[in-house]
Amino acid sequence: MSTFAGDAERDDPNRMGHRDAGWSSGAAIHAEGGTEAKLIVVGFGFWVFLLSDIVMFSAFFATYAVLVGETAGGPSGRDLFDLNNTAVQTACLLLSSFTCGLASIGARRRSGVWFYGAMAATFVLGGAFLLLEAREFAGMVARDAGPTRSAFLSAFFTLVGCHGLHVTAGLLWLLTMMAQVFAKGYRDDILRRILCFSLFWHTLDIIWVALFSVVYLMGVAA
Amino acid sequence: MLGKLSWEAIPFDQPIPLFAAAIVGAVILAVLIWVALKGWIPYLWREWITSVDHKRIGIMYTLLAMVMLLRGFTDAIMMRSQQALAYRSGGYLPPEHYDQIFSAHGTLMIFFVAMPFMIGLMNFVMPLQLGIRDVAFPTLNSVSLWLTATGALLVNISLVVGEFARTGWLPYPPLSELTYSPGVGVDYYLWALQISGVGTLLTGVNFVTTVLKLHAPGMTYMRMPMFCWTTLASNLLIVAAFPILTATLAMLLLDRYLGFHFFTNAAGGNVMMFMNLIWAWGHPEVYILILPAFGIFSEVISTFSGKPLFGYRSMVMATMAICMLAFTVWLHHFFTMGAGPDVNAIFGIASMVIAVPTGVKVFNWLFTMYGGRVVYATPILWSLGFMVTFVIGGMTGVLLAVPPADFVLHNSLFLVAHFHNVIIGGVLFGGFAGYSYWFPKAFGFRLHEGLGKAAFWCWVIGFYLAFMPLYALGLMGMTRRMQHYDVPAWHPWLLVAGVGALVILAGIVLQIAQLAVSIRRREALRDVIGDPWNGRSLEWATPSPPPAFNFPILPRVEGAEAYWGIKQRAIAQARLGEEPSYAPIEIPRNSATGFICAFFATFMGFALIWHIWWLVALAAVGAYATFVVFAWRDRVDEIIPAETVARIDRANRDARLRALAGAQAAS
Repeated sequence: MSTFAGDAERDDPNRMGHRDAGWSSGAAIHAEGGTEAKLIVVGFGFWVFLLSDIVMFSAFFATYAVLVGETAGGPSGRDLFDLNNTAVQTACLLLSSFTCGLASIGARRRSGVWFYGAMAATFVLGGAFLLLEAREFAGMVARDAGPTRSAFLSAFFTLVGCHGLHVTAGLLWLLTMMAQVFAKGYRDDILRRILCFSLFWHTLDIIWVALFSVVYLMGVAA
Repeated sequence: MLGKLSWEAIPFDQPIPLFAAAIVGAVILAVLIWVALKGWIPYLWREWITSVDHKRIGIMYTLLAMVMLLRGFTDAIMMRSQQALAYRSGGYLPPEHYDQIFSAHGTLMIFFVAMPFMIGLMNFVMPLQLGIRDVAFPTLNSVSLWLTATGALLVNISLVVGEFARTGWLPYPPLSELTYSPGVGVDYYLWALQISGVGTLLTGVNFVTTVLKLHAPGMTYMRMPMFCWTTLASNLLIVAAFPILTATLAMLLLDRYLGFHFFTNAAGGNVMMFMNLIWAWGHPEVYILILPAFGIFSEVISTFSGKPLFGYRSMVMATMAICMLAFTVWLHHFFTMGAGPDVNAIFGIASMVIAVPTGVKVFNWLFTMYGGRVVYATPILWSLGFMVTFVIGGMTGVLLAVPPADFVLHNSLFLVAHFHNVIIGGVLFGGFAGYSYWFPKAFGFRLHEGLGKAAFWCWVIGFYLAFMPLYALGLMGMTRRMQHYDVPAWHPWLLVAGVGALVILAGIVLQIAQLAVSIRRREALRDVIGDPWNGRSLEWATPSPPPAFNFPILPRVEGAEAYWGIKQRAIAQARLGEEPSYAPIEIPRNSATGFICAFFATFMGFALIWHIWWLVALAAVGAYATFVVFAWRDRVDEIIPAETVARIDRANRDARLRALAGAQAAS
């Protein structure tokens, strides 16, 4: 940052270059637009990716909303959903977000106990979530309520299953990160990857909150 | 063991695809043998295939686009000749083959010509214009390139192994469902696009981050060249639209592979949901393609008029307005769905509203030229051809946006003429303008002007001959994708259209000749200064071709048109700025990650198409292992010593000093 940044910011708080956006060059302008620190760039880029992931989920959500009534004479959400199971799943996932946060702090403090411990807890909670989901899916398929039964169930399995696949990928990533820290230590690039992993994991929480509300709560209420 | 794959997959009974594939295979083999005999494979591997340099990746993207253009154009000329011949006869292409040709033509031209052409030019130019050393994620950029190449490869494999889709460039269900398309054609389409779509999405993430987070000092948003703005807008659209394509194609895949009911006629599936979803991606897609072209025209017109771009701010506003409006008009692709007059009216009006910012742009380009000393080099010829052609295409688009007119013209050749009018006249002309404009920057020598102009005239005349008759045919009631017909009145128009395709062929031949002649005469066409067109943005401050690190020190930007300001100051003071103190520069190390990852993706796609499940699993593990190996590297950067930086920059400064002295002597 140049010493003139203060002036520039006062005149041009959004750094839009208002002071000299015309064609008269030459005036001494020091509105910095320089490159950002690598951590910021990586974090920002990963957020852009996560936004695109959220757009993909929104397409599945929209599809689900269109097809929710198309049960083709088969069971509806009211007949199938067990809110107790979903409540335990929700608790697992939200708690895992908390432990994931602890793992980030542990990594920043270079504390092996906190990092490995919290990552392991995250893995166990995420694994428990997946087990519960797999049990729910298997139970539905056993009751002849699999994804091929109706358009509603196709949309349900795809939307919830897509989130489940993301959690599975997250667990694989989590183990890879633990192995990486173990092998390489808390290097800058590895800390950046841990930042991205935690952003990913928290985003899965956000999507789950929407899933819980739109699919399960509204499904049981309808 | 090999799933559905057997010898029956190879179409021994169809001479045309086999013959074509044999020729293509022979050419590829000959090139590979030639390269191997010359001993160039290590060079290609080191300098190109594993390169993470945005300039190299941009060049490879553009090359992919041009090779695929030849393939897509072969399809086009087959369709034109079939329709010219098929009056009261079957022509020479049987229906099932003709259907594959028009499907492959559209798929290739949109996804593997227009997209890589635009992404290639953005890759090459945008970091140079922003005054930075590379994009935000260089290795990811290489992954994007090779995944796109995987998609193109899968589409071309379908020529010999199995078949391609017969469902058009967008596989509308229920035709594309397993019941009506039991073969592998639709699966080839779906997996090719899923894999290349991941590449495109990663490009979007990469470029949005680059434009928003990496700039030379002082390069504020309102000082960015117009092309950087349109790159930003286009990539924002990629990030917001491509996930919808991925989701939609995933649903069709689930229908086909696992018996789901998203778009089936049975069990509550909803066919019209596919139209809605695919066009929620598809309409932004046309702006993803045209916005970078708008940026190229802005740069070219300003440079060759010797003036700043007129109405820069309104241009930025218009670009971002189009970026927003792109998401509000998708329903105009299926007015005939019957959503009702109120819904159709809203989308009709929204579609017409887009003509406003586009009109702003056209007027800005005209006013940029007004009062300028326009140099009629090849790039500006393409721009002028674009302005005339695109305005016609835009007007027929507004006509199609009127729902009652659309009910008459829907699915007719009028529509085909309209979108070729905007995509050839807009995107492709933009690509060619950018190609001839930035070619000297990329390779250090200019393209032959005479052949370039001849190619331009063939393309323009050929375009009008080939597509204006289609407007007339559409109004006469001829629908698209007809394999034969028996209406006497249509025949002469289709003959004219066929002649038009031949004139375009002459244009393509001239372009190949231009490249060959320019390479042979490169010493005479050499760009020694690095600024062959008296440019205004920072890419022209670098030598041609630019060094791996682009800039010895990041340029300090002190106004709009960064390089123009530096140049005018140098002319006024009759000297260059002070020589900087050179420091070593870190650039990202080469990586084979992208290539190896795409290698596995190719096998995975092929195995998924043919249901070879063990190979799917193996390729997935391979791709994951590739990323782990990449993540495990200890040395990620290459250091370019200060002496090398100094040597390269001093040579550039000497060339510019000589040019400056020459200019002083002349004036």
